[in-house]
This record gives sequence, C-alpha cells and structure tokens, in this order.
Amino acid sequence: MKKIWAWGALVFGLLYFTLPLIGMTNFSLKMRRGEYSFDAYQKVFADPRFQETFTYSVMQALFTILFGVLLVVPTAYWVRLKLPRLRPVIEFITLLPLVIPAIVIVFGYIRLYNTSSWLPLTGSLTGTNILLMFGYATLALPYMYRAVDTGLRTIDVATLTEAAQSLGAGWATILAKIILPNVLVAVLSGAFLTFAIVIGEFTMAALLNRPAFGPYMQLLGANRAYEPAALAVIAFGITWGCLGLIQLVSRFQKSAPPKA
Amino acid sequence: MSFLSLTSIKKSFGPVHVVHDFNMDIEKGEFVSFLGPSGCGKTTVLRMIAGFESPTSGKIVINGRDQNSLKPNQRNIGMVFQAYALFPNMNVHDNVAFGLKVAGTDKSETDARVKQMLGLIKLEHLADRFPYQLSGGQQQRVALARAIAVKPQVLLLDEPLSALDAKIRVSLREEIRQIQQQLGITTVFVTHDQEEALSISDRIVVMNAGRADQIGTPFEIYNTPSTRFVASFVGTLSIIEGKVADPAAGAVTIGNQQIALKDPIAGMKGGDSISLALRPEAGSIAEGAKGDTALAGEVVSTSFLGSVIRTRLRVGGDVISFDMFNNPGVAPPVSGDNVTLRFAAKDLLVIRE
Amino acid sequence: MSSAKPDASPPARRLPLHWLGILPFAAFVTLFLLLPTMKIVVGAFQTPDGSFTLENIRGLFTPSILAAYWISIKISIASALLGCLIGFAMASAIVFGGLPKGIRGPLLTFSGVASNFAGVPLAFAFLATLGPVGIVTVFLRSNFGFDLRMLGFNLLSFWGLTITYLFFQIPLMILIITPALDGLKREWREAAEILGATGLQYWRMVAFPILLPSLLGTLALLFANAFGAVATAIALTGSSLSIVPILLFAQIRGDVLGNPHLGYALAFGMIVVTGIANAIYIWLRSRSERWLK
Repeated sequence: MKKIWAWGALVFGLLYFTLPLIGMTNFSLKMRRGEYSFDAYQKVFADPRFQETFTYSVMQALFTILFGVLLVVPTAYWVRLKLPRLRPVIEFITLLPLVIPAIVIVFGYIRLYNTSSWLPLTGSLTGTNILLMFGYATLALPYMYRAVDTGLRTIDVATLTEAAQSLGAGWATILAKIILPNVLVAVLSGAFLTFAIVIGEFTMAALLNRPAFGPYMQLLGANRAYEPAALAVIAFGITWGCLGLIQLVSRFQKSAPPKA
Repeated sequence: MSFLSLTSIKKSFGPVHVVHDFNMDIEKGEFVSFLGPSGCGKTTVLRMIAGFESPTSGKIVINGRDQNSLKPNQRNIGMVFQAYALFPNMNVHDNVAFGLKVAGTDKSETDARVKQMLGLIKLEHLADRFPYQLSGGQQQRVALARAIAVKPQVLLLDEPLSALDAKIRVSLREEIRQIQQQLGITTVFVTHDQEEALSISDRIVVMNAGRADQIGTPFEIYNTPSTRFVASFVGTLSIIEGKVADPAAGAVTIGNQQIALKDPIAGMKGGDSISLALRPEAGSIAEGAKGDTALAGEVVSTSFLGSVIRTRLRVGGDVISFDMFNNPGVAPPVSGDNVTLRFAAKDLLVIRE
Repeated sequence: MSSAKPDASPPARRLPLHWLGILPFAAFVTLFLLLPTMKIVVGAFQTPDGSFTLENIRGLFTPSILAAYWISIKISIASALLGCLIGFAMASAIVFGGLPKGIRGPLLTFSGVASNFAGVPLAFAFLATLGPVGIVTVFLRSNFGFDLRMLGFNLLSFWGLTITYLFFQIPLMILIITPALDGLKREWREAAEILGATGLQYWRMVAFPILLPSLLGTLALLFANAFGAVATAIALTGSSLSIVPILLFAQIRGDVLGNPHLGYALAFGMIVVTGIANAIYIWLRSRSERWLK
C-alpha cells in the first residue's frame, strides 16, 4: 500500500524529468530529414561564435572561482575563528543573492558603475569583464560560502590555528597550508557548482553586453531549430559533469579520515 | 493464566535468527527485566510485544487477547525509549497529553490526568517547557509520564537509563520502581546493566544469543546462576577451571591443590574438566577467617573501591576475585603477596554449560 | 583558551584588528550586492534630476504592469507550491517509501544536476518536448489525435512556464527536504504509534510541525527562484509573455516604458515582492518554531 504510492511518486517524477531530456536529445539528432544524425552538433561545434563565447564563459568561470575562493575561504575562516558572533549576519548576507533577483542586481551595476560614475567600470571592456566576474561571484556566493563554511565545521579551526602558530606559522601559511587543504573538497564542490552556474548564465552577460555562452544560446534559439536542442544537450552534459565531479571529490573525502 | 505470555517466540531477519524459541509468562503487576549483552535479542522481544516487529512464529497474549493481529496503536501499551523520543515541537504538558488527545479524551479530563502524571514525576513546575529546555533525567521522566498517562496494560522500558549520568541513573531507577509499584503496572524492562536489573526487578530473564538462559528472582539469578554465561554476566563471579579427582568424594584438583566439594559430583568421572564459580564476597584472607576450604595463591592486584577492597588472586591458571570490607587498621595486601583464601565448600558452585 | 594565546593583547587594540579580517568581504558585498540594491531602491523614489518623488511608484499602477506582476506572482506561487508538493512526495518516497536503497543516491545526484539545469537550455528542452513540434505534442497528436494546442495548452503561458519551472523547483525541494526527512527520528513515529496515534495523526501532530520551518523556508526560496527567473522565460517566450522579469529586461535594454526611472520602480517592486515573501516566511517560522533552540 505504502509502496504503491512511493513507486507512483517516483514514476511520475521520472516521467516528468526524463521526457524533456529525451525530447531535447531526440530533437537534436533530427536535423537531417528522415534519419538520426549528429549534424546539429557538427554545426554548433563548427560555429566560431560557439567557440568564442564558450571560451569566454569558461574564462569567466575560472576567474570567478579564483576570486570566490580567495574571498570566501579567508573570510569564512576568520569569522569562525575570531568573529563567531558575526556568523548569522554573514550567513544572512551570503543568502541575499538567492532572494534578490540577478536582474535587479545587474540593473544596479549598470546604473552605479556607468561611464559618468565615480567607478566607471562599464566604460571599458576590461572593466565590464571584471564587473561581470564580480556579478558571477555574487551569484555564486551563497553556494561557495555554504560549501566552505560546512567544510570548516568539520575541522577544529581554533586548535589547528593554535598548533600552527605555536610552530611559528604566519597567517598566509596557515591559510594556504593548513586550512585550504583541509577544506579542499568543500572548495572544489563550491568551485564546480560555480562553474555550472557561470557557464550558462544569461541575464547578467546579456545586460552587460558581453559575448558569453548564455546569450549566444538564446540568440541561436531565436533563429535556429535544431541547434538549440544540441546546445541544451551539451549544457546538460556540462552541468552533469560538474555535479559528477562534486560527487567524485566528496567520495575521496569519505575514504580519507572521518569527519569529527 | 498469566497476564502477559510469550509462547515459542521466534524471530529471524532474513537468514539471521535473532530470537530462538523464547517463552515467558509475566504476572499482572510484575516487574520483569530482560538482561543481556547487546545483540542478545532482548530489545527485539520488547519490540515484538510493542508490535513494531512481528514474530516469525509464536504467540503473544496480553490479558487473554492474542496480540499478533493488532497494530502498535491498538495494543494500549506504554513505552519509554532509550533516547527519550519526546516530541520536540510540544511542551511537557502536550507531550504527556498526546496519547489522551489522540484517543479523543475531553480537555478537562486530559488536563487533570496530565497534572496527576506530572505530580507523580514531580515536574508540575515545568509543564510549559520544551524538551530542549530539560535535562536528560527530566526528559526521561516526562517520557515515563507520557507512557503511563494512557493507563497502558503493559509498560515497556527500552534501556531508559543508559543515556543518563550515573547518579541520575540510580535515582531515576528507584523512582521508576516506586511509581510502578504504586500503580501496579505490569512492566518489562530491558537493560544490559546487571546492577540495574538486580536492584529493580521482581524477576530477571538473562538472555544470551536469542535464548533465555535463566529466569528467576534477582536473588536466584545472582546466587545460583545456572549457566556459565549467567554466572559471568551477572555479578562478578570468578570462574575456576579444575579437574575431577574423585567424583564420589567430590574431590577436585585446581592447579596442584586439591579441594573437596560439598556434594559428590554426579555424571562425571575422574579426569573430566569442571568449572566452578565463587562469588567475590564468599571468601576471605583475613587471619582466623572461617571456612572449611582453602586455596593458596599469589596476589595479582588490589583495587580500593571505598567500603570494599577487591583483590585478584592467581590460583592455578585462573584469577579469583574476592572482596573484603575496608578496615582502617589493616593494610590491604599488595601484589606478590602469597596468601590463603578461605571459604565454605557450599559457596563453590558447579557450572554446567 | 584564548587567554593562553601567545598573541594575546588588550581587547581595546584587538577589536579593530579582528574586524580588519573581513574587510575584503565587507567591501565586496557592499560594492556589488548592497549598494547596487540600494541604488535601485533610492532610484525608485527619485526624478531624473535627483529629487524625491512618488511618481515612479505610481507609474507601476497601470493595468499592463500590474498584470505583469500578477502573472509573475501567480507563476511563482504555483511553481513553488507544486514544486514543494511533488518534491516532498518524491523525497518521502525515497526516505520512507521502502523503495530499493539504490534509488536514493542517483536521485539525489540527479536532483543536484536538474536544480542547476535552468536558464536557456531548459527552455530548449521543453520546446523540444511540449513545443509545437515537441516529442510529446507530436506523439499525442499522431497516436491519440490529441492536439495540445486545440486543448488550450501553450508553452508560452501561465501553465507552460509553471511546468517548465518545476524542472528546477522540484529537485531543489528534494535536495533541501531530504535531510529534514532524515532528521525525523524513528522513535518519534514509534512513540506516537504506541500512544495510539494513527499514521495520519502522527503526520499532523508531530512530523508536519517539525518539518514546517524547513517547508516554509523552501517555499520562500522556490518563490524567489521562480520570480527572478529571466533566462528561461526569455528563451521560451521571446517577449511574448509579459511577466515582470521580461518587462524589466526589455526596459533595461531599451527603455520600452519611455521613462528611465520607471525601471527603478519595476526592479524595486521585485525586491518588495520577494521581500514580502521572505517576511511572511520569517514571521511564520518564528511562530512555528518556538520549540527550537
């Protein structure tokens, strides 16, 4: 009896989730009339715009990850070590990007950092690229911070720090050689998630007029029939890859020393 | 006809047999403990009485009614869990009232009953607190009140004291026993702590590997254990291995010493191995100690436990523990001393496997 | 402990140094999260030359903008509620339903993927499924003579967007609620049962109240998630369906409303709506979890 509704819920879910996946895969293979082919994929891969925008988004993702790690790890560490009373506040702030829509944030950027403002980031290409990267870092902040903070909870930050200090280590050494390796799995999880978010992001890139992968997909979707489905399959593959890597690294952690 | 009877209960989880042929009759108002190490099946038997598990075969009857076809919520049984299991979203009053509320009892009657229960556990002043605001001992008393508020036919206690501090453990077990006697409620108590079982029960079932090794009063279980397992698990009996020298005379060789038992040894012949048990309070090494039997040995160690001093003595290949009362005028023996342990032959028990 | 540290110095000197440690973070969130948001809020009450006005807010109360808000809110509420409901059913199926243990891991992994599979590609996937030549549409038409279009179904509609959004809403719910379901102790259920409660009574009086804070939090999150979704909607509908994010997108790009500061008001309205959703959540939560530490 109980099992029947459990199976029912599961089958319903599976149907709902697999149909679009089947749909897009099926559609992406039907470019040639009457037979399945990879023509749509070939077209996509051969498109120089695809290569450019994809590379651009990958670079953005990498810089976002680098910046995010440099920003979040020391902060989360410091808050746990010295300012524990501030944790609820920091947590609240890091969750804000989940509540304030991205389109609102980027709208604020455009008005705040335009060419006539005190910090005219949108005035130059480099400036806009940096601004977009900061925007991505903001979007990824909830995930990155949570991942790192959870990682830090499993280690005894205070004791590790005191032990390192008693051996004469400075702050940079402690962070780079003690804390980072201990939360590496958490950092990597956050990094892969960031990658998955940035690679297909549309709103910010489109409104800042940068040639990213998201706007490219949208443009292609408006003008072509089969290529968008191929892109969707590729994007799904990338997301799956990122999440798969998270699983993989956390499995490594499980075989390493158990959590405290 | 007894009040709660378990007949030929067997339970297997797949290929694993957890309970083999368990039989037990419990009288109304009796307090029975299931005592045994973890994995002996005692909790499984309890959960079968509650209805959370159903026996693979066998019969559970409470007050003349077969329980096998009844769901847990139809059995009218009270249960207290090891981890308290209070509902975290309800305060003390609502926790105790829960069983009455789901039974549709009207509000004034429920409130009166809850008040009475909280009076019984002396926590009236905490009725508005939530579980997280209570100590472990308080939580477990609330859990007890919640279980008995519905006037259950049987009360099941699943290691209710193991999560508590030593001191609270002792006071709470006395409280449980007192409330149980006051209400005359038939109670089954599961524990792995022999002291707990001995102090609180009318009868004890010592369980080992899914079987009841011995059923008896605490006095019987402690003084006349019927198997080696019971002897070693209950109390701190020392097991001494020997060889039968002369069955008719009751003569036994231990190492290179020979002693005589009280009775002839039935069913054994010279040269057979024999296991004997001695309680720690049965022997003495004091000068002028009484006893018709003596064993010489070497002191291995002594532990000062306050009112008593426990000494371990090597005799033959075994170590025998014995206790003596602390006496400020007499220094305890030190390891390496050679001493003679005297005791009465009647205190030496023959252990059959 | 801390008094034993070698670098211990008087608190008066230590305090500012401690705060220095979060300076980069504080600067970042101020510049790229808080100030931009403030800019929107302030801008909503300013005329182009900088003086205070309520005209922009008043400008929101035109039938077309109100309709855009209304359909956005409806889609967000529907997809959040349905996402919660279906996600809850699936999560409890894997936690309590007695399904094979092997299902749980893959389902959670898949949920992680699907909850992040939003935006443009998600729209493509649904176009290829429920669009005019989508696999389901074609299958129903050619095999059963059902024409979804004739029956009034259109992907570019309230239901179309809701069904599409569920693709990331349901998995998000599964990811958040599964740990909460795991946190329900078996003893609570058994204690309720032995006290005479039916399964339904246990759920109503014990399990549901315990889960309520997580449920409310997830609901608020799913609401904001759907309300701010731009990419899926644009890629799905172009700009044919007038929902707030699409309207704001068009306004930022090309001032389609003919008043630059009406854009501020539009964005401010979005903050207000998600803000209200979260305020309701916080209020309900504070009422429902008096029993939490």
